[in-house]
Amino acid sequence: MQIKAFWRDVRFLQMLAQAGFVVLLALAAAYLYVNVSANLQRQGLTVGYGFMKNPASFDIGESFIPYKASDTYRHALLVGLVNTLVVSVTGILLTTVVGVLAGVARLSSNWLINKLAAAYVGLIRNTPLIIQLMFWYFGVIIRLPSVKQAIALPGPAYLTNRGVYVPWAEATPAFPAWQVYILMAVISVLITWFGLRSAYRRTSLPLSPWWNLSYLFIPFLILWLGAALQPEPPLRAFVPELAGLNFKGGLRMTPEFAALLFGLVLYTGAFIAEIVRAGILAVSRGQVEAARSLGFRNSQTLRLIVFPQALRVIIPPLTSQYLNLAKNSSLAIAIGYPDLFSIAGTVFNQTGAAIEIIMVLMLSYLSMSLLTSLIMNIYNSRMRLVER
Amino acid sequence: MAAIEMQPPRLSIGPLAWFRKNLFSTWYNAGLTFATLWVLYSVLKPALFWALTEAKWGVIGANLTLFMVGQYPRGELWRIWLVIYLLAGLIGLSWGVWKNAARGFAVIALSAGGAFALIGLILRWEVWANWLIAEAVLLALFLPGRSLRHAALAATAGWILFFPALFLLVAGHHSLPVLPPVEMSAWSGLLLTLMLTIVGNFGSLPLGILLALGRRSKLPIVRYFCIGYIELIRGVPLVTILYMADILLPLFLPLEVVRPDRVLRAMVGFILFEAAYQAENVRGGLQSIQRGQYEAAQALGLNGALTTALIILPQALRAVIPALFNSFISLFKDTTLVAIIGLFDLLRISRSVIAQPEWLGTHREVFLFAFLIYWGFNLAFSYGNRRVEQALGVGKR
Repeated sequence: MQIKAFWRDVRFLQMLAQAGFVVLLALAAAYLYVNVSANLQRQGLTVGYGFMKNPASFDIGESFIPYKASDTYRHALLVGLVNTLVVSVTGILLTTVVGVLAGVARLSSNWLINKLAAAYVGLIRNTPLIIQLMFWYFGVIIRLPSVKQAIALPGPAYLTNRGVYVPWAEATPAFPAWQVYILMAVISVLITWFGLRSAYRRTSLPLSPWWNLSYLFIPFLILWLGAALQPEPPLRAFVPELAGLNFKGGLRMTPEFAALLFGLVLYTGAFIAEIVRAGILAVSRGQVEAARSLGFRNSQTLRLIVFPQALRVIIPPLTSQYLNLAKNSSLAIAIGYPDLFSIAGTVFNQTGAAIEIIMVLMLSYLSMSLLTSLIMNIYNSRMRLVER
Repeated sequence: MAAIEMQPPRLSIGPLAWFRKNLFSTWYNAGLTFATLWVLYSVLKPALFWALTEAKWGVIGANLTLFMVGQYPRGELWRIWLVIYLLAGLIGLSWGVWKNAARGFAVIALSAGGAFALIGLILRWEVWANWLIAEAVLLALFLPGRSLRHAALAATAGWILFFPALFLLVAGHHSLPVLPPVEMSAWSGLLLTLMLTIVGNFGSLPLGILLALGRRSKLPIVRYFCIGYIELIRGVPLVTILYMADILLPLFLPLEVVRPDRVLRAMVGFILFEAAYQAENVRGGLQSIQRGQYEAAQALGLNGALTTALIILPQALRAVIPALFNSFISLFKDTTLVAIIGLFDLLRISRSVIAQPEWLGTHREVFLFAFLIYWGFNLAFSYGNRRVEQALGVGKR
């Protein structure tokens, strides 16, 4: 057998091609590096994160962690990150509800509800989010009546131009004592879970479903004992009520937060509605017919046959919608909600540290994205079709 | 044997039966219908009252040119009209050539043009006159498209040449006395929105194809580089990329190069961003090609590059046409983000219109108008998507 010349060997050629690619990349990187350092030198800038320790000396409209203007830039950016996280997590929870409702409504046999959901999805999906946000903020929320003539919704929730007031729960002085009982109750649930699972593993026979009641019963017992020791309840209803010129009590959402949350939830909900609809339609009719012929009731068919199979189709695109919502929260800058992007913009304007700020931004959003994908992937692998 | 008398099936037609079946089939459906009607009434009544009595729709008419072309020199507006005539002519020609496949586009273009001409009647004569000319051009080119022998070739060439012509007309060139250059910073309004969409979409396609091929490459270094790029870009918000393009691009260029215009920087940002998404679209198409195609190409003696260029890519690209249209729609919406980095696209122009002293507080009117423009364009795009899919037989052949 003749030995091939090495320049005809595929492995050698592949290695050569990769080496060439690396050299090309290195050259491009070196070229950019030279340009950047020349440009920075001319502008008299240096790269480094030293500025992060300097006082920020600007105010932030709202923050969920304590902040004052004399705090550092690093702390200001942290405030922005927390603001972004709060609006993203709340948005993801609410948009799931809106999206599932609208998706089911799209499949309703009721003509009015079906068409209404179709109109909602068609209008919202085909227009830019930022225009919707601006419309909700400048066109609706800012123009709401003043506190005196607030629009009252059942709840009671109040819509005013100073923000949206909703009922909330407030910790009573007894709350610290209750924390122990609540923690114990949670731990008891975990212990029950492990206990039942190992019992199942030992016998390898399905336990009677009545055992599941212990999930309810044990924590209830602990909390009941707690109530006997500590008669005052841990939380009390915290309802907004008019007191003088403003509302007292309840949870106040600023107009910016309310508009951003509302816009994000409506926008992403329209996309989720289509995903949910497609997921439910993807379950073949035969499955429903088989369930019927096995004697399942309507509700059982939905709960045990259709939804578990639809979820498999729904979860991967749902994940990317959650990621989109988190990324889209960066549009908050258009309506003045101080999220990470908007605070990073302010910090850049004050310090001129372009490269550093963009690195911070990219790393924050990337780690948020990766974390969400990770959680959803774990969930997805639990729901996945297990084939023999 | 006596015939069995059977009742005819109950008639289930007529409005009452329809109402029964679709709105009041069960007690909870009836309840839902009434609840929905009540909510609709309580929302729509004040909204309609506002739209018909309080709203100052005059703000739209008074600023229409501003919305459409922004700061584009008023003396050079004829170039934009010429672009519209060209487009109308091409649509007419395609209608004649490809009949059914292009008829939908032609009908949309004709009715949109007619609607604009009607709106123009209450505004200014040049608006309706120009739209009528565009309609006439469209209809006039229908017949040659039908009868001429090389019309198909002409139409294809026309569409390919349309994009360079569009840029030449809009941007101008200093060597052409008829077309003095118009600075990119003067492109604004809907014109800028559309230019950004076109550049972002078509400009990112080559890079996207390369990234998709790279992601499926057998060479690990190339593959991991492409995966890294795609996932990095898809993990961060577009506005961060635009911001980066706006601030960092001048830093990355050598000292002697003049700072690129902000519009150009935004275009680079869009291309870099959209390429990652296009790559994922194209990858979907590449994955749909069966092994047999590669093997057949190998059996015919084609090498790797030729297989990709002649066998794989044409099929993959056809399979991803719906996805590419979807990207087009979402990029069209995403162009609004340039308002955040300070370019005067349709959205930013809208905000500056609201800031005019005589139109203070017209947020609702102006944003609804912008909303309708984006919605209308996207309806047309998705209609076009469906027609092209049908014509190409995507998913059927």
